[in-house]
Amino acid sequence: MNDLALLVAATLAAGTPLALAGMGLLVNERAGVLNLGAEGLMLVAAVAGFATGFTTGSELLALIAGAAAGAIGAAIYGWLVIWLNTNQYATGLAVSLFGSGFSAFVGIGFVGKKLEENPVTGVPLLRDLPVLGVALFRQHWTIYGAVALAGGVAWFLYRTRGGLILRSIGESPSAAHALGYPVRRIRLVAVVVGGALCGLAGAYLSVIYTPLWVEGMVAGRGWIALALTTFATWRPARMLFGAYLFGGVTMLQLYLQAAGVQVPPEFMSMLPYLATVLVLVIISRNPLWIRLNMPASLGKTFFPGS
Amino acid sequence: MSLLSPVIAVVLTAVVGAALFAALGKDPLSALQVFFLEPFHGTRALTELALKSTPLILIALGLALCYRSNVWNIGAEGQFLMGAIGGGGLALWVTTEAIPMSPWAFFPLVIVAGALAGAAWAGVVALLRDRFNANEILTSLMLVYVANYFLSWLVFGPWKDPDGFNFPQTVSFASQTELPRVIRGMRLHWGSAVALLAAGGMWLFLFRTFAGIQLQVGGPAPAAARYAGFSSHAAIWTTLLTSGALAGVAGAFEVAGPMGQLTPHVSTGYGFTAIIVAFVGRLHPLGCILGSGVLSMFLIGGELAQSRIGLPSALSGVFQGVLLLSLLACDTLIHYRPRWSGTR
Amino acid sequence: MTNRSSPKFLALAVVFAAAGLTACGQKAAPPAPAPVAAPAPAKPAPLKAAFVYVGPVGDAGYTYAHDAGRKEAVAKLGDKVATTFVENIKEGPDAERVIRELATAGNKVIFATSFGFGDSMAKVAKDFPDVYFEHATGFRTSDNMRVYEPRIHEGAYLAGIVAGRMTKTNVLGFVGSFPIPEVLRNINAFTLGAQSVNPKIKTKVVWVGSWFDPPKETEAAKTLINGKADVLLQNTDSTAVLQEAERQHKYAFGWDSDMSSFAPKAHLGSCMLLWGVYYEKALNDVLGKTWKTGATKWGYREGMTDFVKIPDFVPADVKKKVEDAKAGLKAGTLDIFKGPITDSTGKVQLAKGLAADDKWLGGVTFYVKGVEGKVPASK
Repeated sequence: MNDLALLVAATLAAGTPLALAGMGLLVNERAGVLNLGAEGLMLVAAVAGFATGFTTGSELLALIAGAAAGAIGAAIYGWLVIWLNTNQYATGLAVSLFGSGFSAFVGIGFVGKKLEENPVTGVPLLRDLPVLGVALFRQHWTIYGAVALAGGVAWFLYRTRGGLILRSIGESPSAAHALGYPVRRIRLVAVVVGGALCGLAGAYLSVIYTPLWVEGMVAGRGWIALALTTFATWRPARMLFGAYLFGGVTMLQLYLQAAGVQVPPEFMSMLPYLATVLVLVIISRNPLWIRLNMPASLGKTFFPGS
Repeated sequence: MSLLSPVIAVVLTAVVGAALFAALGKDPLSALQVFFLEPFHGTRALTELALKSTPLILIALGLALCYRSNVWNIGAEGQFLMGAIGGGGLALWVTTEAIPMSPWAFFPLVIVAGALAGAAWAGVVALLRDRFNANEILTSLMLVYVANYFLSWLVFGPWKDPDGFNFPQTVSFASQTELPRVIRGMRLHWGSAVALLAAGGMWLFLFRTFAGIQLQVGGPAPAAARYAGFSSHAAIWTTLLTSGALAGVAGAFEVAGPMGQLTPHVSTGYGFTAIIVAFVGRLHPLGCILGSGVLSMFLIGGELAQSRIGLPSALSGVFQGVLLLSLLACDTLIHYRPRWSGTR
Repeated sequence: MTNRSSPKFLALAVVFAAAGLTACGQKAAPPAPAPVAAPAPAKPAPLKAAFVYVGPVGDAGYTYAHDAGRKEAVAKLGDKVATTFVENIKEGPDAERVIRELATAGNKVIFATSFGFGDSMAKVAKDFPDVYFEHATGFRTSDNMRVYEPRIHEGAYLAGIVAGRMTKTNVLGFVGSFPIPEVLRNINAFTLGAQSVNPKIKTKVVWVGSWFDPPKETEAAKTLINGKADVLLQNTDSTAVLQEAERQHKYAFGWDSDMSSFAPKAHLGSCMLLWGVYYEKALNDVLGKTWKTGATKWGYREGMTDFVKIPDFVPADVKKKVEDAKAGLKAGTLDIFKGPITDSTGKVQLAKGLAADDKWLGGVTFYVKGVEGKVPASK
C-alpha cells in the first residue's frame, strides 16, 4: 500500500511540469495558435529561473523569472506569427532552435552551481494521514498550484466572457473579427500567457524538480506537453489527468524495472501517443464532437480584412 | 522588393552575429566568414554541403507540395525514420543473407524500400484524415514519437548487432548496400542527384500539369476542391503519400549512404529542419534546394566556427535561430506588407 | 499562404550571390587559424591536437571531465601543443565530416571521446596516414588509430565498499544509462565491492535509456529509494541522483567528477575520471615520435581513475578498507573481477582462480549474483 502511495506521489511530481506547460499550450491552442517552440521556451525559462534562484536565493522569484522569460520568448513568437503572419510551424521550430542555443549560451556560467533548497513541508495535518498523506500531501506547493491552475483555466474558459471570446477566436477568428473583437491582440495575450506557463514549467524543472542547470535539461518535455493538448482534447481537467497519466507511465516503467519486471520500455513509452491518436480519431469522427472539442482555426494564420 | 527580403535578413543576422562575436572577443569578420564562406570552400566542402542538403531537399519538396495544397503534414520526421527503417531493414537483410549484388542494383531497391515505408507511415495520417477526419497536424506529429520508439525498439532488440556488445545499433552493412559515390573518396552519393531530379519533377508537377495546379487551388477543402475538379480524398492521399515517400527516401539514403548502419541517431531532426527549409524556400522546389543549402551552410558553419575560431556551439545555435527568425520575418514582412494601423 | 508568384525563389539566390561576391573580395585574406597558444617565431611550431566531444563542455559530467583533461595536458605541455575542441557533435554522419575537417586543418592528433565516433574515425584514419587518431572507449585499431579507456569500474568498486557499510537496508540502487559492457561492469563492480564487506547486499538497477536526462535521473533515483535502496550510484552524467538522495536523507556518490559540494550530507565520495594523464602521454608520444597503436586501459594505478572526498562521518575502518583496496589496485594485487564469479541466474561466468582479462571485461553482458532482475534485451 505504501509502495502505491509513493508511486502516486512520484507521479504527481513528474506530471506537474507537463501539466503546467500543457495548460499554457492549451490556452494558446484554444486561441488557434500552435506553438512548436515550447521546448525552446522551457529551456530559456529553466536557465532564467535557475539564474534568478541562484542569485537571489528565492524560489518564488525564480519561478516568476522563469514565467517572465517564457512570456518574453512567446511574445517574440506571437509577434512574428500574429502580426507578421509567418508560418506557425516554421516559426515555432525556429524558436525552439533559438531557445536551446540561447539557453545554453547564457547558462554557461551556471553549470555546476548549486541552489539553496527549501525543505518541502507539504500540507499541515493532512500530511500525517496514513497512505493518503504520503500519496498526496507531502508535495511541493507548486503541485497543488498546478491543480488550482487547471481549475482557474477551466473557470476562465467556460465561465467568463473572456474565455468565451478566446474560444470563439480559436473557433473562427474571422467571425470574432466581424463582431469587433481585437483578434490579434487577444491571440497575442493568449500566446504570452501560454509562454509564461511553459516558462513556469521550465523553471519548475530547474529550480524545484531537479535543482540544477545543464544544457538541454528539459529533454523533450516540451514536445510531450504539445502531444498532451491533443490527448486532453483541449480541456483543462483532462489535461491534468493526461499529464499525470504520462508522468505515471514514465514512473511505472521505472518501478517495474526496479521490481525486476521485464517490459520493453519502448512500447510502454509509445502507448500514450497511440492513445492520443485514438482519442483524436474518436472525437473527429463526429462533426459535432469535433466542434465541441477542437479549436477549428488551430494553426491557421488569420488575416484581418481578408 | 521580394528579392530584398533574404538580403535584409542576412544583413540583420550578420549585424547581430557580429555584435555577439565582438562581445565574445572574436574577430567578427573572420567569424562571419567561417559561417558564410568556409562551407563553400573547396570541392570536399561543397560535396559535404550537398550531402547534408540531400535529405533536407527531399523532405522539404514533399512538405512544399503538402503545404501548397493546405495539407499540414508536420510529421516528416516520423516518415523519415520509417524510411530509414525500411532502407536499413533491406540493407540488413542483404547483409545478413550475403546476397551478391552490385551497389547499382541495390540503389533503386533502397529507394523503393524507403519510399514505401515513408509513404506507408504518411498513409496512416492520410487514412485517419480521410476516413475519420482526424487533424493531420496532430496525428502526423504523434506518429513521429511512435516511429522514434519503434526505431529504438528495433535497434535495442531484434536488429541489434549480436557481436556489438549490447550497443544499440545494427551490424555495419555490407559494401553492396553502399550508395554509389559521385566522386571517388568523397561521401557525396548519387542520391543527391535523385533529390535534384525530384525537385525538377515537383516543379513540373506543380506548375506545368493541370492536376498540380488544381491541387494547389483546391487543397482538401471539400467545396472548393470539388469546384476545381480535384476530389478532397485524392488531394489528401496524393500529397501525404508523396511527401511521405520523399521523406522515406531521404531516410533510406541517410542509412545506406553516410551511416552504413542503423542506430538511434539516424536523424538529427531533418524532418523538422525541413519544415523551416520549406518556408525559407517559399514552398518552391528550387527554393527548397536553396533553402537546404542555407540551412546546411549554417549547420556546417557552426561546426567550423568551433574548430577554427573556438566559438562555443551554443553561440552557433543562437546565431542560427536569429537568422531563421529574421528570414521568416523579413520574408512575410515584404510579402504580405502587413498594415500597421487599422487592424486589431 | 497559398498565393505566391513563382520567381520568388530567385530571392534566395541573392543570398548565395552575395555570399559569392564577398568570397571573391576576401580570397586574399584566408582565415587566420586561432590556436590556443600563439607560436613564438624561434620555437618549432606547436603540435596541433583536436578533441571531438559528444556533449557540451558545460555538461558538468562526462564531456566536462574530458575537457578538464585536455586543459591539464595543455598546462603540463605548455606551448609545445595547441589544442582545439568541437563540442556537441552527434554520433552519426556529422562526426565523419568534423573529424575529416580537423585532420585537413592540420591537426596531428585527434581525440574522439565517444564510442559512437568509432566508425567515422576509422574511415577518416584510412585517408590520413600521417595523423594519429585516438578513440575513447572504442575497440577499432589500425596503424594510426588506437583506443583508450579508464577502468572506471575500480571507482565503482571502491564506492561499493563504502556503500556496503553505510547501507541500513542492505539494498543498493544503481541508475544506469544503457546496458552495455562498460556500464554492466560498473554495476557488477559496485555490487562486488559492497559484498566484499557485507554479503547480504542486493542491488536494484533502473535504466533511464539516456546518458543525460536530469529529470528522469531524479525520477529513477526516487524509484530506487522508494524500493528501499538507501545508497545510490549512477553512471549518468548529472548531479540529479545525488541531489535527490540528499533531499530524501539517503546516500549517493559523485560520478566522473567531484560532486561533493552538491550534497554535503548525502555524498559518500566521488568516482573520478582523470583523462589528463592519458592526454599528456598521448601528446608526448607524438612529440617524442614514440606513438604506437594499441589499446590503453588505465586505472587507479596509472592515475586515470580515483575515488575521492570520503566525508568525515564515514567510520574510520571503512576508510581503511578503501585505502587497502586502493593499495591493492596500485600494487596490482587486487583483481576486482576474479573467479569464481556467478551471474544472477547462477551460471559461473568466470571460473575459480581465474582473473578477468580485457577480453572478458569487454564481453560483460550479465549481472553478478546479488543484482536483481535481468539485463534488458540480453541474449
